Parts: sequence; C-alpha cells; structure tokens
Amino acid sequence: MSTPTRITVATTWLDGCSGCHMSFLDMDERLIELARKIDIVYSPLVDSKELPETVDVGLLEGSISSVDDLEKARAFRRHCKILISLGDCAVNGNVPAMRNYFKLDDVMDRSYRENVTLQPQIPTRGVPALLTTVKPIHGEVAVDIFVPGCPPSADAIWYVLNELIEGRVPDPSSVTRFGA
Amino acid sequence: MPPPPTQPNVRVVTLRIDDRDLSAREDETIIEVCRENKIPIPSLCHLDGLTIWGGCRLCMVEVAGQNRLLAACSTRVAEGMRIQTNTEKLQRYRRTIIELLFAERNHVCSVCVSNGHCELQWLAQRCGVDHVRVPYRQVPYPVDSSHEMFRVDHNRCILCTRCVRVCDEIEGAHTWDVMGRGSDCRVITDLATPWGESESCTSCGKCVQVCPTGALVKQGTSVGEMVKDQHFLPILARRRHAP
Ligand code: SF4
Ligand code: SF4
Ligand code: SF4
Ligand code: FES
Repeated sequence: MSTPTRITVATTWLDGCSGCHMSFLDMDERLIELARKIDIVYSPLVDSKELPETVDVGLLEGSISSVDDLEKARAFRRHCKILISLGDCAVNGNVPAMRNYFKLDDVMDRSYRENVTLQPQIPTRGVPALLTTVKPIHGEVAVDIFVPGCPPSADAIWYVLNELIEGRVPDPSSVTRFGA
Repeated sequence: MPPPPTQPNVRVVTLRIDDRDLSAREDETIIEVCRENKIPIPSLCHLDGLTIWGGCRLCMVEVAGQNRLLAACSTRVAEGMRIQTNTEKLQRYRRTIIELLFAERNHVCSVCVSNGHCELQWLAQRCGVDHVRVPYRQVPYPVDSSHEMFRVDHNRCILCTRCVRVCDEIEGAHTWDVMGRGSDCRVITDLATPWGESESCTSCGKCVQVCPTGALVKQGTSVGEMVKDQHFLPILARRRHAP
C-alpha cells in the first residue's frame, strides 16, 4: 500500500461503553475526508448486518466478558487483515475487568439480587452467558495494533487510521496512553 | 546508608555515552551524568536526594566490556567507560519490566486518582508499552485508609521503597518498612499496624509526594486529582547532609 487507496473498515463494541465509538465520531469534519478514503463495511454506526469475507481493518472496542464477545472477537480476527484494539477496555480490560477480583456468582448476586427491590432474578434468556474472567482482546485472539485511552482521543484515532491509509505502521504511544 | 560526603578534590574522568564524549566527576553515578547531559534514562526507584536502592532495574545500560547490564543509578562512572543507554535490547527489557509491573498488581489508569500524574503510566507511554503481553495476576491487595490525611493502596504499589527512604532519611521518622517476599511483599507502617494508629508518623506527607504512583495519595482525591510535588526533596536532602 504505497499509494493511498480506499480501505475497508469494520468496527464493533464488546464489553465497553461505546465511548470509543463516540470518540471516533468526534473526528467531526475529518470524517468527511475519512469517508473518501475508507469504506465502513460493518459497524454499529452503519446499517450492514454482516461482516464481509475480507476486511482490511477491524476495530474492536471493549473487553471480552461474555460468550458473545468472544464469538465476535474471533469472527473479527478471521475476517480482518489488521485487527486493532481500540481503547483501554479492549487493550487491558480496564473497568469491565475490575469484576475479576470477585467471584462471578457474587457479582451477579450483587447486581441482580442484593440491590434490586422488585422481583430480583438473574437474567438468563436473551442475554449471553458471562465468562468467569474478563480479558483484553489479545487475551483470546491475536491483535496487531493497540490504541490505549479511555477513550482514545479523536486525534489519536485519526492518527492511527491515517497512518494505515498511508501505508505506514502507526506508533500509538506517540499520541495516547493507558487512561488518556 | 547516607551518601558519602562530596570530597573536595575528586578526579575528573572522561567517558563516552551514546557516542558523546563527556567528562564527569569520578564520584558520580552514570544516571547523574546522564541527567546533567539531558540523556534520558527511565527510572522509578531512583530519586535525587534519596539513597540508592537499585531495585526497579529500569535504568539499566550497556557498558562495553561487561557481559551483563548495569543499573545506571548504582554504578559509578570510570575513566574510559563506553556506555549505551538506548539499544534495542535495553528497550525490550524496559518494556518487559514495565509490563510485569502492570500485570503484577492492579492498575486501572482511567479511574485512578493519579491518572495523568503518574510516573509509571508516563514511563509506559515513553517506553512504548501500549499493551501487556503477560496475563494479569488479578490478586487483590489491601487498601489502608485509616490515616486521617493519607491512604495507601497496595494494588498500585511497585515496591520502589521511595516512601521508606524519604521517611527515614529526610523526615527522620522511619514509619515505613518492607515486609514479606515475592508477591506477598509490601510496604508497612510501624510493625504492620494500620497507618492511622502509627505512633512514629508525623503526618508530614513526604512519602505521599515522592511515591511515583497512585499507591500513596491524599484522602479525598478523585480520579486524576492527585498531583505530586517533589521540589522539597533536593533542598531538604542537601540541608540534611550538609557538613
Ligand atoms: S498508579 Fe499510575 S499506572 Fe497505576 S493505575 Fe494509577 S495512573 Fe495507572
Ligand atoms: S507522612 Fe511523613 S512521617 Fe508519616 S509515614 Fe509519610 S513520610 Fe513518614
Ligand atoms: S507506596 Fe509508593 S513510594 Fe512506597 S514503595 Fe510503593 S510505590 Fe514506592
Ligand atoms: S532507577 Fe536504577 S534500579 Fe531503579
């Protein structure tokens, strides 16, 4: 990729707050320029419902906390040539991983029984089962680029995408850090 | 161990650091010479004004003719020394050390009182640590909030012993000590009793100010609010050790 070409991008959120995606949108008018250089082929931000067979760049926000997260992370790895962990939850587990210090049963009890006054019950239908340990994305699948930050700034996301578009390897530590 | 008093007529040596020819007093350490010449060396346990500890190993450098790495904070310069401070090997080792520090206890920068003002966090960024390759240990450590002004969160402690040294050498109270081995190792106040019950602590706050991380903080601080000020240290240290 020595000359700028239109690259395909897929994004999704796992156990995160969607803040990293909001930060992506915070690129404001640069989104217009970006739209000329990339095709968002799958994302909560667009309509398409299926991950295409091959995608140039995949962005994952959030950590792996449920069987559903794990499935999505694996699918992204299979379909994306370059996989990016976007934000602290994806990179290091961050706030979602703070439950790792307690037993999963205790966490469930605390959330759905102890603090509930009306019909306390643990939801089982229509929700994915939680994994015992919350992991960063690279705890389960190989990740190529890590963009820490909670959330990474719009500038940081812009920098990383732009470097990739220009065919360079980004150095995220030059623009962001854990907790940024 | 107090630093030896500066001798009136020490010799000057010449040495080479990263292909720069430099001269230094022979009683200086490598890190001191590097700091004087604006050659960056990452460090955590070293702090100007406290005695040498040599525990974190972040300051390691390569010295020609030595088949092992030397800690710049605890190695004195010598005539003709040839030193490399930033080789690929050193960068790799430093990254690994920092990753292990993050994996060992519990660091969630985004919700930490020291977010944005933390030496560990800053070093991670500077050394290119954008993720931790080893699994997190995820073992909880205690938090002691019994002191009316300060708090110690052992989850954020990297065992640099700056608190131990400043309290002993500068404040003269010697409230802090180190107890236990391996992953059980932690800093303690008095004889491992709650800090708030300490009879030796004068509540001067020096330990809080020199702690490089969010392990020692002021009570009542919220995310990112704990800003530390270490300016007092070199001044007080000089007065303490004045002949
Ligand atoms: S002590 Fe520093 S590295 Fe640890 S969580 Fe707080 S800001 Fe992050
Ligand atoms: S507040 Fe002062 S006296 Fe008390 S433990 Fe810290 S350095 Fe020592
Ligand atoms: S409490 Fe702070 S100063 Fe003391 S050893 Fe731990 S990290 Fe270092
Ligand atoms: S700064 Fe030299 S070993 Fe810590």
